[in-house]
Amino acid sequence: MKLIFEKSIPGRGQDIFPACDVPVKMPDVKAKKVKARLPEISENEMGRHYTALAKRAHGVNDGFYPLGSCTMKHNPRINEKMSNLPGFAKLHPLQPAETVQGANELINELEEFLCEITGMDGVTFQPAAGAHGEFTGLLLIKAYHHDRGDDERNEIIVPDAAHGTNPASATMAGYKTIVIKSNENGTVDIDDLKAHLGPKTAGLMLTNPNTVGLFDPNIMEITKLVHEAGGLNYYDGANLNAVIGIVRPADIGFDVIHMNLHKTFSTPHGGGGPGSGPCAYKDFLAPFAPGLVCKDGKNYTRAEKSIGNVTGFYGNFLVMVKAYTYLLTIGKDVPTLAQNAVLNANYMQEKLKDIYPIAFDTTCMHEFVIGLDPVYRKTHVSALDVAKALLDYGIHPPTIYFPLIVHEALMIEPTETETKETLDEAITAFREIYDRIFNAPESVQQAPQTTPVLRLDDTKAAREPHLRYTWD
Amino acid sequence: MGTFIPNTKEEQLKMLKEIGYKDFDDLFKVIPDEAKVKGELNLPEGMSEIEVDRKVQGLADKNVVFRSVFRGAGAYNHYVPSAVDAIANKEEFLTAYTPYQAEISQGILQSIFEYQTMIAEITGMDIANASLYDGASAAAEACWMCKDRKHSTIYVSGAVDGRIQEVINTYSFGRESKVVVVPEKDGVTDAVALKKLLSDDPEASCFLVQYPNFYGVIEDVDELCKITHDAGAKFIMYCQPLALGALRSPGEIGADIAVGEGQPLGLGLEFGGPYLGYLSTKEENMRSIPGRLIGETVDTRGERGFVLTIQAREQHIRREKASSNVCSNEAWCALRAGIYLSTIGPKGFEDVATLCSSKAHYLADELEKIGMKRVYKGEFWNEFVTTCPDAEKLNKALEKKGILGGLPVEGGNILWCCTELNSKEDIDEVVAIAKEVF
Repeated sequence: MKLIFEKSIPGRGQDIFPACDVPVKMPDVKAKKVKARLPEISENEMGRHYTALAKRAHGVNDGFYPLGSCTMKHNPRINEKMSNLPGFAKLHPLQPAETVQGANELINELEEFLCEITGMDGVTFQPAAGAHGEFTGLLLIKAYHHDRGDDERNEIIVPDAAHGTNPASATMAGYKTIVIKSNENGTVDIDDLKAHLGPKTAGLMLTNPNTVGLFDPNIMEITKLVHEAGGLNYYDGANLNAVIGIVRPADIGFDVIHMNLHKTFSTPHGGGGPGSGPCAYKDFLAPFAPGLVCKDGKNYTRAEKSIGNVTGFYGNFLVMVKAYTYLLTIGKDVPTLAQNAVLNANYMQEKLKDIYPIAFDTTCMHEFVIGLDPVYRKTHVSALDVAKALLDYGIHPPTIYFPLIVHEALMIEPTETETKETLDEAITAFREIYDRIFNAPESVQQAPQTTPVLRLDDTKAAREPHLRYTWD
Repeated sequence: MGTFIPNTKEEQLKMLKEIGYKDFDDLFKVIPDEAKVKGELNLPEGMSEIEVDRKVQGLADKNVVFRSVFRGAGAYNHYVPSAVDAIANKEEFLTAYTPYQAEISQGILQSIFEYQTMIAEITGMDIANASLYDGASAAAEACWMCKDRKHSTIYVSGAVDGRIQEVINTYSFGRESKVVVVPEKDGVTDAVALKKLLSDDPEASCFLVQYPNFYGVIEDVDELCKITHDAGAKFIMYCQPLALGALRSPGEIGADIAVGEGQPLGLGLEFGGPYLGYLSTKEENMRSIPGRLIGETVDTRGERGFVLTIQAREQHIRREKASSNVCSNEAWCALRAGIYLSTIGPKGFEDVATLCSSKAHYLADELEKIGMKRVYKGEFWNEFVTTCPDAEKLNKALEKKGILGGLPVEGGNILWCCTELNSKEDIDEVVAIAKEVF
């Protein structure tokens, strides 16, 4: 398909801007010599260009999207409608406080909901994404230790199954990452944890259920051990959908958490963002919080020892409107989200486990991981091949090659908004592909065949980088 | 009440039984009892769509939407062409995630590749990334990009928006690098001070200037660039992207990194977000760029296609050694920016810059006539600071007429902003009200 630049014809376009109704006056500075080569295209052609691009994309609205750890649930239409209301979308972030009382009320009420759900005492909405929330949470931990003169604590413990963002965030926060092993059950190896805890421990970052979809049965002991060593517990909320309304991170010993409003709270992922990664914390961390903190519902003040802001204004407000709208709809039925997310994952796992090797064959939470390695060794058909084969069934593949502790991993998260029929269709597709692995392996290795492009050369892209269109 | 779970209670129970569980309690017995919530959460009853609509609309109605906006300071009231909403709201774009599976994500990948090209074009740089969270956090990432083993001190002009300075400081608290504010003098960076600071510091890594700066003044960026480069540091320009329709681009000036807030490119005011951090740079810095990059390649038939690339920089591969922790970005906002720039085209890009400049100069001239004089001498584009006898009184009077006045800043002054949306009539009205008040 042509790029929009290749459809450009000089002189085409539409009149968006009126003639200037005041004398034309430009700053008296050196003249611009190089012009930006932007597309010149009629609205009709442009509309068709983007419609063609839309047809070459796959969203939750197009079909099943069991991308593990990403919680690709349905994005309710009412969320979009509410976030587009002029009373929210047209507010300047620096308007006088008395003119944004509705927005502030919404933020406060959402904070209350999220505190109730997590068991925490306060929330900052500044972080724009999950990883940004991790970074913010780690800075809260750092500020806390620093305030106590405990600057020796420079290590963050992260299990080997953790999301890549955890160690990357730890580095950004100036911490050394200490990786601990998972045990044979796929959860935290308590002995290895104990061996690494000490006077240098600033904290532990943990996803629970973890990235293999298992709830750590020793969670109370784990968080207690970290506290006893003087560290704090950070909860990576990427998998909160598994336990929302059933387990509250604060109740199981966590001190600070980020949530992904674009996962658990149904806001759309937008092809990669915007998300929103609010960070919730216990009261003793409140003095370090970023942004303005409102305690009485009216007056906003800066926390006394604030780590400072992580975004220019208040975070991704319109995403907050969507999450708030969602929570109004669901209300106290939030446990049904976790129940059905876990049910759907177990249903798929159960219907596939007679043929596909399950990494840890036990009751999973909202997602489960297939470890295709034994099949790969026999057939040379890889997790990547299975993922590509699913494309021909109109299914977005699971997350692959993650977590790193499972070889040839396929991480499947169906979410609660899928019907039994959709799950059954996906199960049939997985089983058909399994048959093909043994009967016609090349058909799997050569998939996909029905997509707009076939398998793409990633190596070429990285070795000979073309990151933009060039005019010759 | 409200739910988006399709399977009925009966179906759920049937599925549970089919896989060997009595009920949900049985399914969740893997979670220790002591970890579970006792009883019910204190949340309101769920609501039907109509009830939700009414409640949220009620909150929106409590806010004031100004019909005429003269405030900028990091968030700009530009026109969003109809095509932007119509196209961006296609659910294929809205409900997809990061294009990990390239073969069914060509639409997302190509739209970002086009966006990367447009950002590179307007900033005059070689390459751009797929987006960052917002301008301020992108500025912090840009400063981090310049750090190497021997150079770590970040220099920021005192004429940079305090909000941007703050985020750079927060990031530096994490990374334990020193941030030095270069003093501002008469509304611009004190070049003499910059020269002295940089030459005294062998660890200087970069200098960041805003263009136009927080006071709206266009700094002597050629001189600042030269001073910075002479000291062996990198020059970062934080630019209002639409100003680049009128001003020389960072590329023309010789900057190493261009970064900024992409909100003016087809995003609304949105009470501060979601916005769009853009970042572009020279090709030589490619492997230290934070965030996603989309690259061109071919498929097995030799057809052109696009993929996420140079991922060896990223958190999911490099983990603690990654160039940044960015995973989710602002792809949908980047899509909007791409549609916006395609809609206005090269002529519109210059027209809008001309309109903004002309309106702002007209307002400045008219305010001057009634004694509200410009505070700084430097050239400006669409923002400027004036004196004001009583900023609060004036803004209250404007507010009564549905006008959001300029932002009160230090010294009782006002930072004004005009865009193409402020008609001559609107501007005359502001001046008339100011005349009446004082």
